[in-house]
Amino acid sequence: MDRQTEQQLKASQARLLKDRLARVGVTTGGVLVLVALLLIFFYLLYVVQPIFESASVKPMHSFDIKANDQTLALGMEEQAEIGYRFGASGKGEFFALQDNTFSERKIGDVIEQRMLVPQGKITSFARSLPVNQQFVYGLDNGKALIVQPKFSVTFPETARTQGTRQVERLIMPRFEVLNNEQPLQVDEQGRPLEQLAYATDGEGMLMAAVTGADTLLITKFAAEQNFLTGEISLTPKYEQRKMTASIRDIAVTPDLNKVFALINNRIVVYSVSMSGAVSESQVITLNGRQFGQAQSLHLMPGAATVLVTHESGVISQWFEVPTDEGRTFKYIRQFDAGGQIVDLEVEDYRRTFYAVTHDGKLNIFHTTSEADLYHEALPNRETQMITIDPRANHLLAEAGNELTLFKLSNEHPEVTWSGLWEQVWYEGYPEPSYTWQSTSGSDDFEPKFSLVPISFGTIKAALYAMLFAVPIGLAAAVYTAYFMSPSVRKVVKPTVEIMEALPTVILGFLAGLWLAPIIEAYLPGVLAVIILTPLSIIGFAALWQLLPSQVRNTLGEGRASLILVPLVLFVGWLSFSMSPWVEAVLFDGNVRGYLTNELGVTFDQRNSLVVGIAMGFAVIPTIFSIAEDAVFSVPKHLSNGSLALGATPWQTLTKVVLLTASPGIFSAIMMGLGRAVGETMIVLMATGNTPIMDWNIFEGMRTLSANIAVEMPESEVGSSHYRILFLAAFVLFIFTFFFNTIAEFVRQRLRDKYSSM
Amino acid sequence: MKQWFRTGKPWIWLTAGAVSVSLVAVIGLVLMIGWRGLSFFWPTAIHQMTIETASGETRTLIGEIYDSEEVPIDRVRQSGVEVDASEGELITRYLMKIGNREYVPLDFTWVVEPTIVEDKTPTDMAIIERTKDGNFYGRIIAIEQQGERIAGYEEADFREVLFDRVERAVELHDEGQALQEDEIGRINYQLSELGLEERRLKLEGQLTEQALARLEAERERLQAEYQTLEKALFEIRDRAARDTLIVEDFRGEAVAVPLYRVLDVNFPNDMHLLAKIGHFFQQIGKFVSEPPREANTEGGVFPAIFGTVFMVLLMSVIVTPFGVVAAVYLHEYAGKNPVTKLIRIAVINLAGVPSIVYGVFGLGFFVYMVGGSIDQVFYPEALPNPTFGTPGVLWSAITLAILTLPVVIVSTEEGLARIPSSLREGSLALGATKWETIWRIIVPMASPAIMTGLILAVARAAGEVAPLMLVGVVKSAPMLPVDGNFPYFHLDRKFMHLGFHIYDVGFQSPNVEASRPLVYATSFLLITVIVGLNLTAIGVRNHLREKYRALEQ
Repeated sequence: MDRQTEQQLKASQARLLKDRLARVGVTTGGVLVLVALLLIFFYLLYVVQPIFESASVKPMHSFDIKANDQTLALGMEEQAEIGYRFGASGKGEFFALQDNTFSERKIGDVIEQRMLVPQGKITSFARSLPVNQQFVYGLDNGKALIVQPKFSVTFPETARTQGTRQVERLIMPRFEVLNNEQPLQVDEQGRPLEQLAYATDGEGMLMAAVTGADTLLITKFAAEQNFLTGEISLTPKYEQRKMTASIRDIAVTPDLNKVFALINNRIVVYSVSMSGAVSESQVITLNGRQFGQAQSLHLMPGAATVLVTHESGVISQWFEVPTDEGRTFKYIRQFDAGGQIVDLEVEDYRRTFYAVTHDGKLNIFHTTSEADLYHEALPNRETQMITIDPRANHLLAEAGNELTLFKLSNEHPEVTWSGLWEQVWYEGYPEPSYTWQSTSGSDDFEPKFSLVPISFGTIKAALYAMLFAVPIGLAAAVYTAYFMSPSVRKVVKPTVEIMEALPTVILGFLAGLWLAPIIEAYLPGVLAVIILTPLSIIGFAALWQLLPSQVRNTLGEGRASLILVPLVLFVGWLSFSMSPWVEAVLFDGNVRGYLTNELGVTFDQRNSLVVGIAMGFAVIPTIFSIAEDAVFSVPKHLSNGSLALGATPWQTLTKVVLLTASPGIFSAIMMGLGRAVGETMIVLMATGNTPIMDWNIFEGMRTLSANIAVEMPESEVGSSHYRILFLAAFVLFIFTFFFNTIAEFVRQRLRDKYSSM
Repeated sequence: MKQWFRTGKPWIWLTAGAVSVSLVAVIGLVLMIGWRGLSFFWPTAIHQMTIETASGETRTLIGEIYDSEEVPIDRVRQSGVEVDASEGELITRYLMKIGNREYVPLDFTWVVEPTIVEDKTPTDMAIIERTKDGNFYGRIIAIEQQGERIAGYEEADFREVLFDRVERAVELHDEGQALQEDEIGRINYQLSELGLEERRLKLEGQLTEQALARLEAERERLQAEYQTLEKALFEIRDRAARDTLIVEDFRGEAVAVPLYRVLDVNFPNDMHLLAKIGHFFQQIGKFVSEPPREANTEGGVFPAIFGTVFMVLLMSVIVTPFGVVAAVYLHEYAGKNPVTKLIRIAVINLAGVPSIVYGVFGLGFFVYMVGGSIDQVFYPEALPNPTFGTPGVLWSAITLAILTLPVVIVSTEEGLARIPSSLREGSLALGATKWETIWRIIVPMASPAIMTGLILAVARAAGEVAPLMLVGVVKSAPMLPVDGNFPYFHLDRKFMHLGFHIYDVGFQSPNVEASRPLVYATSFLLITVIVGLNLTAIGVRNHLREKYRALEQ
């Protein structure tokens, strides 16, 4: 082989290699498009998915406590590094729940211990709502001692290596006995407090106690701050009620104005006024046959909700609902724990509660979403008591002398599939409803995530837009493709393409700031345009027929749409200049008043009519260009054949051309719908963005897309709200994916059909 | 008649009417925005109106007529104005922009026509544009220099003196602005970089004594530099504070307007046509070259134009290679198999997915996930302040690149399809490999089609707002994404965008009435750019079709 051939061969091998590499590169590039779409799909799914996970409880470690008294209450601080217990002997202690190398604490080490009740016999025990973290010992002399575990966090710096500094967190616990370590007198007569309930609003306190089995004591401590010393003095107001039977349980609301007493299967509700005066406000009768014998009362955070546990293992939920006779407690829903409940704990901030049954089974429920999150037996069947840390990340369970710390993951209990799409009975609402209200100023607020109103808004907006866009878009497409002279078509098509390119932010701005006030001021004019324009066109066509055929032929019907432009302008001008006159004559000069008073229709300035017109305008070009393509590419021999057989152009159009092009027209409408559903800026700017459910054309709506645009920037990353907004985006994605894919398939088939003709 | 209906003629006319309605809507809309946007720059007459109130007193208003409308007499009466007119009559009322914000509660007021006693447009009425408190309307009576009267309106060369002084004030203002933004901005940037460097060294455990000393020395040098610059700035300010205008306002009182706040003085009632045209173009020039003032209600839109262009360029750089490669694959390589079909469906769907979904994806994936990881790895010294883990111009460009990918693909593929296959076959027959054919013959020939796709993508990206609201656009960006500080391109910065500017100024502005013409002007600018781009793309495409038709024959 001579050198030249060898070189050539080498060169061609290099070329072939290059060619092969290019093939791989280009193929990868092409597949990347598919990857991009799949990435969007799976990423959205990845963010959304955790909201549908149920709770999980995983044991971390167990340890024994060296105590010889019964535990009255357990607790944990926020980081779950330190736990505490209150013993029946009046002793409180802190112990380490996790190893900490820095403070050299080992699991189970007692950090601090204190005798909280130095004198007197302990007869009862109570705790505030978890948020306040206060605990009360009731004594046999009618007094009560309030204790609060406190944690101070410091970040001492320790020099490790030269130049770097390590910061460690050190939590120091202590018990603080409120009211300067002095017990408060709950019973004036000094009788033993057999049962106790306690609540505080941060300053004032309300206590309820039972003495002698059936005597209910209600004592309100009003707090008053001394202006000079800043000291807070408590003024008690004592009340007592004799009940008909022995009291099983009592509870007090943290807004300090209600006391519940459970007797047999009745709950007596007392209202406590600001001054501490007590009056009976309602007696709730629990259906014993339905739920079983009532056992105990528990309050949820926000205190609007009472949970009643029953011996059958059923937990019924009750809250105040506005009725004709004022706000009364009503049965809302029930949960079944499947066995007698020995302990029930509520979370600090969310509406989640944990119930342990006598056989050591842990149940986790969320009230509002009616979610059954967890039903499993705890490792130790003897478990009698549990507690949740304030952030609801850990659970501490006690069985005998053994304590077990569990890792709790329950990120999104408030979201369930049914809660998103079905009616939910929210606290304080008169009935179950579809509500979207994601944020509020108040702490007790419960977010309401129903996708129904915003999905409804999306459909409503799209529907009104399609109502406007489909007739105009399709008619225009048919005329342009079938009747229009080619020279005019050359101008019209690009013009409509320009229409598609107009930024929707400009359409939205015009709709909100220019069109909406015009529609408000000239409502009769707008309606007149809608009615008069088609009528006048037909009228004009009739007159056109009377013109000599010579004139008609020179101008040509292929230019009809240009000839009609002045007419459309004239009708528009006429309608609007007529509008005030019509308004004065027919509606007494005030259409809005007429609508509201006579027809009972609410009128918002930024309403569905405005959105329909503006978004219709945005959708028309989409529908137009696809439908026009479909009609234009109907093979000419079909229509020519029809015309040759004597059919009129209109007959040919409706019977031959439209039928053949119908899949294309269908796909045009689908594409248009897809665009209308996802459009953001127009609805954002042209509606009031209120999530209401009403078909009224004069009211606004809130759509999925506008909702995302409004709320996404301020939602916390990883929160339920954030994930639900992703879900909204996912719904939009799936929705448009569905429509676009159908439209594309139909178009593909149509193309094959035409090519075979 | 029945016969006529049966022929279907009326329905044909109706369909023709639909086209007319669409045409009227598009052209009317563009014309209206053009008219409203451009008339904002045209100098309007300043009216001096004497108005009689219900109690018989008269007062004077000075300002521009902003808007007028015809309203039924009842509505005027309802708003508490007594007018002498019969029932059911329509009367005209004017919306006056009276400016002088520091002396009136609202700088806009409605005037009902019958209450106007006298309406004049005196030639000596001036409109004074200021950096703060909006416009001032009135009659300039004198110029003072450090409290001493230099010139009065009665003097012949008064206006010359006035314009000289205004020019000096504006120059000083610009000088001060430049010093503050460029020089002092640079020092601030370098100082914050030093702080970050210190933290980085500390995190790496390399913060030695020498390093500390070096940083400290550097810092001191910058501080010293800053001191001199600050001194220079104060000196400029002192010089600028020299002159004051004495203006007679609508109440007839002489008011002092410090000249250092004045940006421009005009006498629109005293302009002839040429002067008006000159003023018109000058105003347009200012609008596109100046930054906004007073919470975006006054001034220009330069940062928004810059931000839009920069983001779109960045996007083009990303989208073009991917789009072209995908199109080449689909047209030249892909066989008839399910994968190809899937890719086609993906292209169609990428085009159809609502833009807000891209925004959500961009925020979650690019900003929080990718950006957050970049911060962890490359910018740990700035944490917990995010560098790339926050919306910014890079993420906006990438998000919009995915959004516009189908536009480039579809357009390029159309271009590839129009190239006659004889060219390919010829090339292959001469011994070129497939890749050589594509690279040397096909792609160059398709380049106008690629251009078309790119232009359309740019037009789409320039008008898209919804996703940008989530991934990087802000109402006011203090710093442009490109400046004189190393590394010159700051892709992590947030930016302003014309489309978002329209939304923000039109809907979130504290003074909607004052900023409305600005919104129209911005809209006009945006529409001009987008329609221009689209027309170019259509032109290129048509030209291309003609060319290949000729080739095929």
